[in-house]
Amino acid sequence: MSALFILIGISLMVAASFLAAFIWSVGNGQYDDDYTPSVRMLFDNEPKEAGSEKKS
Amino acid sequence: MLNENDLCIYYDIDSSPGIKAKGKFVSNSFAYLDDDSVIDQLLQFRSAGQMNATFSLPQMHCSSCIYLLENLHRINAGITKSQAHFERKEVFVSFNPTVISLRKMVELLAFIGYEPAISLNDAGPKQKNNFNHRKIAELGVAGFCFSNIMMLSFPEYFSGGEIEQQGLKETFSWIIFVLSLPVLFFGARSIFVAAGKGLRQGIVNIDAPIALAIIITFARSYYEIISGTGSGYLDSGTGIIFFMLIGRWFQHKTYDALSFDRQYKSYFPLGVTVLRDCKEENIPATTLQNGEIIVIRNEEMIPADARIIAGEAFIDYSFVSGEDAPVARKTGDLVFAGGKQKGGAIQLKLVKAPSQSYITQLWNNDIFSKTKNKEQSFIHPWSRYFTAILLSIALLAACYWAFTDASKILPVVTAVLIVACPCSLLLSATFTFGNMLRIFGKNKLYLKNASVIEALAKVQHIVFDKTGTITQTGQALVNFRGDALSAQEETWVRSAAMQSAHTLSTSLATYLHKDNFTTAAPLQHFKEVAGQGLVADIEGARVTLGAASFANAAATTAPKTSSRVHVNINENYKGFYEIGNHYRQGIHELARQLQQGPYQLHVLSGDNDAERQNLFKIFGTQTPLRFKVSPADKLSYIKALQQQKGGVLMAGDGLNDAGALMQADVGIAVSDDAARFSPACDAIMDGAALGKLAAFISYAKAGRQIVMASFALSILYNVVGLSFAVQAKLSPLVAAILMPASSISIVLLVSLLTSVLAKRKNL
Repeated sequence: MSALFILIGISLMVAASFLAAFIWSVGNGQYDDDYTPSVRMLFDNEPKEAGSEKKS
Repeated sequence: MLNENDLCIYYDIDSSPGIKAKGKFVSNSFAYLDDDSVIDQLLQFRSAGQMNATFSLPQMHCSSCIYLLENLHRINAGITKSQAHFERKEVFVSFNPTVISLRKMVELLAFIGYEPAISLNDAGPKQKNNFNHRKIAELGVAGFCFSNIMMLSFPEYFSGGEIEQQGLKETFSWIIFVLSLPVLFFGARSIFVAAGKGLRQGIVNIDAPIALAIIITFARSYYEIISGTGSGYLDSGTGIIFFMLIGRWFQHKTYDALSFDRQYKSYFPLGVTVLRDCKEENIPATTLQNGEIIVIRNEEMIPADARIIAGEAFIDYSFVSGEDAPVARKTGDLVFAGGKQKGGAIQLKLVKAPSQSYITQLWNNDIFSKTKNKEQSFIHPWSRYFTAILLSIALLAACYWAFTDASKILPVVTAVLIVACPCSLLLSATFTFGNMLRIFGKNKLYLKNASVIEALAKVQHIVFDKTGTITQTGQALVNFRGDALSAQEETWVRSAAMQSAHTLSTSLATYLHKDNFTTAAPLQHFKEVAGQGLVADIEGARVTLGAASFANAAATTAPKTSSRVHVNINENYKGFYEIGNHYRQGIHELARQLQQGPYQLHVLSGDNDAERQNLFKIFGTQTPLRFKVSPADKLSYIKALQQQKGGVLMAGDGLNDAGALMQADVGIAVSDDAARFSPACDAIMDGAALGKLAAFISYAKAGRQIVMASFALSILYNVVGLSFAVQAKLSPLVAAILMPASSISIVLLVSLLTSVLAKRKNL
């Protein structure tokens, strides 16, 4: 019986930590721009030398 | 330049990248950015080794732009970081001022094709928007608490209220209790604030009954939990708050790249060239003093009313007055702020400071100082009837139970108030209008907010501005009447017309260039007479273009329908070019559709009446046409129309319509590039979408009916819920089923209806 109470407590704490992380990320401005990052991640950040070699 | 810095990949990312650096890039035009006080106003952060600034770049248009702008550090080592924000069309740059100055930075951006839009408006404090952060956080917290409360309520529902495990039921109740607190005090705060605001003004808006229902739901639930008599209705209560927050967030979709509240400051340049002690200096426009001498070059805007002291002025006032053709002004003449110089540099002596000029006085009109007194949404009066009916039902139920079982009065009354909150009315309105905003946006009509939809549905009078709104700037319709010209003669005419900056000449030259690709012939002699025409000697022939008298035209009896350029070659009158305004596509169709409906059309033009015949053809003879209307007259015309029944819609562009757009119930700024400048308005429309205006209005009307239909559905749910409540049988389980069922079905219904209707109206 007591195991159930402990588990409920732990699960709530885990959930609350995620909520805290969410609130922090909102305040940090991570939801300000919902388009540009999706494009940004597609750009290859090749080192300069490699980039010039590849160009034909 | 891109090759040099190994950014060739730019051209691989998108098949059609890049608008090229603008040809008219003048090396001197950003000189004012060397001024220390200007630098301070533009920067967000400044230290010896670092400067941070955010620039607005209207040219940003594709994914390649993001790539290029975020790799600025490869072009210049002084740039430490650059980050693009695509939807706002902004770039944030952090750079080292000892390596690259702010001016160099801006020039670099302009050189690669993204000329930052720096206006007087950028000078001054920047407002930071934390509003969205709060809304997202509220939504997240409410969603988190609601889902957890729902999960913790399940065991009780499935076990039929009896959980075998000792103490578990109480534990769950208390956890629910704690979880509901942030929803009540953080999530629902905006509802309480709105309700309080309404009550203080003596209005019962829709938030008031909702706030009442929330308070009663939470109070009764807390009482039950503390006294141990039940588990309360917290799952439904938090759920309703969560759904309403989603609705609000959905409805408040904003267009980051668009600005609906522009001031004259947004149009005026930040820097001006002044002449002090015979030396040219660049100073910020804000410090301009009366009596100072300034230099205005080709394509530059005049920042304040001034008198010409040197140079030939050829001022294009199309932005201010709507007049199409530039006007010639001589030394000693007065020119007004907002005009653009076409041609060589001129020197002006200011007679007024920028903030007191003629055009800026328009903004001193009362209409700009008060926020638009929008009529309240129709859901607010409805909610009043709803509340009255609700309270009388509660009272009746209380009377009944007073005679049968007095102990049940309180539970029944609270149950009635809990189950029948007008949340579903609010939900249906927010989701209907939210979805409609998106559909309008998809069709390139960008509304400022949802209340514009309701205003649009009430429109009776539709007022059009001519220049730039129903006509397309930069595209003229050209027709030749008279003896056909030979190819060689056409080349002569084109060569002569190319020399002049007059709009008619440029229209003619562009038109002739289309079917005649021969190279321009060299001119031996060229003379232009302002307001009359031009004479040119080409390959031994004398070409005269211009007004009828200037070109010795034979008198014609045909009615004048448009501006004409008469052609005379070697003293032989040849005929004339008719240069008419090019009307937007679909404008004929639109006028016909609107006249079939219950709408009265009006056309106001700041231009002369040369187009009267063509406008008659489009709008019919019933439509009032006004020409040579000043910006202030436009405003009073709208005001007069508003005395009559029905709303007034004004479609216009440019500064000259700013007052009228502000005064009208719905002011739509028509623009060929939505991200470009447009005056303060309720909606911004892409020029290509103007033909759909009739469909937009009828769709807005349909939106009202959708809200009514979904409201009928929600009443059905309320009747079911109330029948449980008045019999004192409303268990938390029934409430927990009814609440999400009604909310979700209403949301689905309105989304479906709005989308289907949009399809049927071809939107």
